[in-house]
Amino acid sequence: MTPRDPTERDVELLESHETDIFAGFEGDIPGEPGRLETWIRAYGPAAAAFVVVLALWEILTRALDIETFLLPKPSEILDRFITNAPIIWGHGFRTLVEALGGFVIGGTLAVAMAFATVRWAAIREGLLPFAIAANTMPIIALAPIANNWFNVTSPLSKMAVVSVIVFFPVMINTTRGLFEVDPGELDLLRSMAATPREVLRHVRIPNALPYFFSALKVASTLSIIGAIVAEYFGGPQDVLGQYILNRANLFQFPDAWAAILVASILGIAFYVLIVLVERLAMPWHVSLRATEGG
Amino acid sequence: MVAGTNSRERGRGDGVSDAVVVARGVGKVFGTDTDRVEALRGIDLQIARGEFISLIGPSGCGKSTLLRLIGDLLQPSAGELVVNGKPPRQARLDRDYGIVFQQPTLLDWRTVRANVELPLEIMGVAREERAARAEEMLALVQLAEFADHHPWQLSGGMQQRVAIARALGFRPALLLMDEPFGALDEMTRELMQQELLRIWTETETTVVFVTHSIPEAVFLSTRVVVMSPRPGRISAVIDVPLAHPRDVETRESDDYYRLITEVREALRRGETGEGRR
Amino acid sequence: MTDASADVVATTSRWSPRVRRIMGFLGVLVVVVVIWELYKVVGKALGGVVPGTELRLRPPPDDRIMPHTWDVVLQLFRPVRRNGELTVLLLGKAALFTLREAFVGFVVGGLVGFGLGVAFVRSTLAERAFMPYVVASQTVPIIAIAPMVVVWGGKLDIPQWLSVAIIAAYLTFFPVTINTVRGLRSPAPTAMEMMRSYAASPSQVLWKLQVPAALPYIFTALKVSATASVIGAIVGELPAGFRDGLARALLEFSQQFNAEKLLAAILMSAIAGILFVGIVTWFEHRLVAAAHRQE
Repeated sequence: MTPRDPTERDVELLESHETDIFAGFEGDIPGEPGRLETWIRAYGPAAAAFVVVLALWEILTRALDIETFLLPKPSEILDRFITNAPIIWGHGFRTLVEALGGFVIGGTLAVAMAFATVRWAAIREGLLPFAIAANTMPIIALAPIANNWFNVTSPLSKMAVVSVIVFFPVMINTTRGLFEVDPGELDLLRSMAATPREVLRHVRIPNALPYFFSALKVASTLSIIGAIVAEYFGGPQDVLGQYILNRANLFQFPDAWAAILVASILGIAFYVLIVLVERLAMPWHVSLRATEGG
Repeated sequence: MVAGTNSRERGRGDGVSDAVVVARGVGKVFGTDTDRVEALRGIDLQIARGEFISLIGPSGCGKSTLLRLIGDLLQPSAGELVVNGKPPRQARLDRDYGIVFQQPTLLDWRTVRANVELPLEIMGVAREERAARAEEMLALVQLAEFADHHPWQLSGGMQQRVAIARALGFRPALLLMDEPFGALDEMTRELMQQELLRIWTETETTVVFVTHSIPEAVFLSTRVVVMSPRPGRISAVIDVPLAHPRDVETRESDDYYRLITEVREALRRGETGEGRR
Repeated sequence: MTDASADVVATTSRWSPRVRRIMGFLGVLVVVVVIWELYKVVGKALGGVVPGTELRLRPPPDDRIMPHTWDVVLQLFRPVRRNGELTVLLLGKAALFTLREAFVGFVVGGLVGFGLGVAFVRSTLAERAFMPYVVASQTVPIIAIAPMVVVWGGKLDIPQWLSVAIIAAYLTFFPVTINTVRGLRSPAPTAMEMMRSYAASPSQVLWKLQVPAALPYIFTALKVSATASVIGAIVGELPAGFRDGLARALLEFSQQFNAEKLLAAILMSAIAGILFVGIVTWFEHRLVAAAHRQE
């Protein structure tokens, strides 16, 4: 019911990008207490439901004798996941390299741009509306031109797309973190005659870290998805996206699902990795949460 | 000036039939069996038609809880409550009371007029009738020219006046107020108190007013009910025989100061447990 | 001005926020165009390689792969092929086709999401029973497997456009459900008490208090979903067999190595996305604006 600045809502829009399966539920607001506990409470029933659905799926496909090309059984998918492991994990590795490359490039550029906004306010004024507009367009449409520009066979063409996908949420969130500081803290540092550099180091950067990591978590899953979708637009065959598409076109859905399983595992692993780095980078924040969560 | 020339003789009716609120041995316990908090114990109180009653006490004395029990927003764990001659639930269903909270709780997407009309809309009052009543109520709180504004365009004091207009729009027998001026600055607060007394006089409503300000309770009330915590209970009931209409001179009178002292001492006795019944 | 935020305040006062946002957007656009053209000039001067090495510059600065920005815009008003229709018309039709699929799914997903949200808020039993499934449904990264879903749907005799619409619906319903639940629960406890004091019926509480309070939340979700459903539609169109739609145009022009047409198609995709979100935002302003806009 509280009126809000429309820009702020658009920023929120950037954050709660729905393709991030983790951030969609109950938001990933920095400083929210008891995250782990919330996780278990939020996903515990879901995990249980997932197992039940899998069991039902298996039983029903067997009982109703549904053909594999219509709906594969979970056991078949698992079978392919194991027997095809060397192939699909090899594909997964190449997709992961594309995702990681794009993640690093896009993330680095985003952070550099966020710092530039602190130094030059004009950049912030100009870039924010652009970022909001950019977020409403299907960035994935850039994949074919990236193929033409960076050579369709080179992983660089996929990294380019991923880096654009990663850039906007990270840039927006980091900028927000650098700016949404406690005015009291700013006054305090001003009273100590701190230089802008010191303000940046002691107030803005520590304040931005939770925002930054929040965006990195969104970007981690997005980068895997982005890499796979970019692969659909053409390129080498030994990657997850092409594998899924080819197998689907041959109606070999268990193979395709096994590859999707690999993609999901990679996405979750990447996300968890970021969470671990976050804990190492700002232990104070976690401990604060623990006492607050009570 | 004590018990002097009331423009209209108001206050303590004697019989139960004339009572708007009757509480007998009312108690309230929150929580589960393992984690119990006794908010109220053994509350006996009669509020006559036309009275202005303040409930005052430190945080945790259960004054807001008592207000919510009267309004059937909570149900008592013990004892009996009668509101306007009925069980509280029936009184609520009959819309026998209006309520004002510390926050104005106005709906941002409605104009001031539409906010005042909200309860009337819910009660199915016809459109023309609604408009007429809203107009009347906004005139009463002196906000007629702001009818088409949105709540967020108004100051805190004005918002609270809209909330009062909304609570009175359907002419309830009883007005429940939960620290309505608690979020206002001192100057606005005194103006609002003056306004409220005028509205009370004009509408002849019975008011139950929760506050933790001693001067506010004394200035407004016909009786001040002093409560004490752990568990919440009534430790004293103090008559306020200041003459009506009350104004700035009332605030400067000796009787006013004497009564403030009396309430303060009752509060202190309640705190140390001396006043326990 | 020792502090950057002070600069922001100083610059903000000159124009209204809306004008500033449009100007900022255009400003960045101009900068992008200038960098683009500068890159071409410098790149050509260097002979298309990184100085002192044999490494080719990426993107190559020649006009065939990286055309002049104005040529891309002009391409829109040239025929696609000799005596063919104008590029802008072809792409406009493709965009409409894609938007239609996205829109059907968006509406269905939005209604389902709103309905689920209301059901969950009204009945904790329903929430406990079904919310886990709603959350579990999101463990499948549907955008990443949209082409497979369409092929699969074809096997099940589902028309391609319907499969794409289903993908869009799937992408829409989850954020809308979650934000509807949040929004319906957003009114202050005292506002709920107030409605109770009026002895309002559950449907009066819903329509007079909870739904209006939830609208900003729901629209936040709808804007996210609008973009997602356009992306979902484009990706879902990738499998062979789609004759219309933006994905076909993108793939075809990419395979022809015609950068002008390809960039024009990308431009049209961007416009389609902005248009869709723009329409949603227009409705948002109509429904929510008066109340929630505070300037």
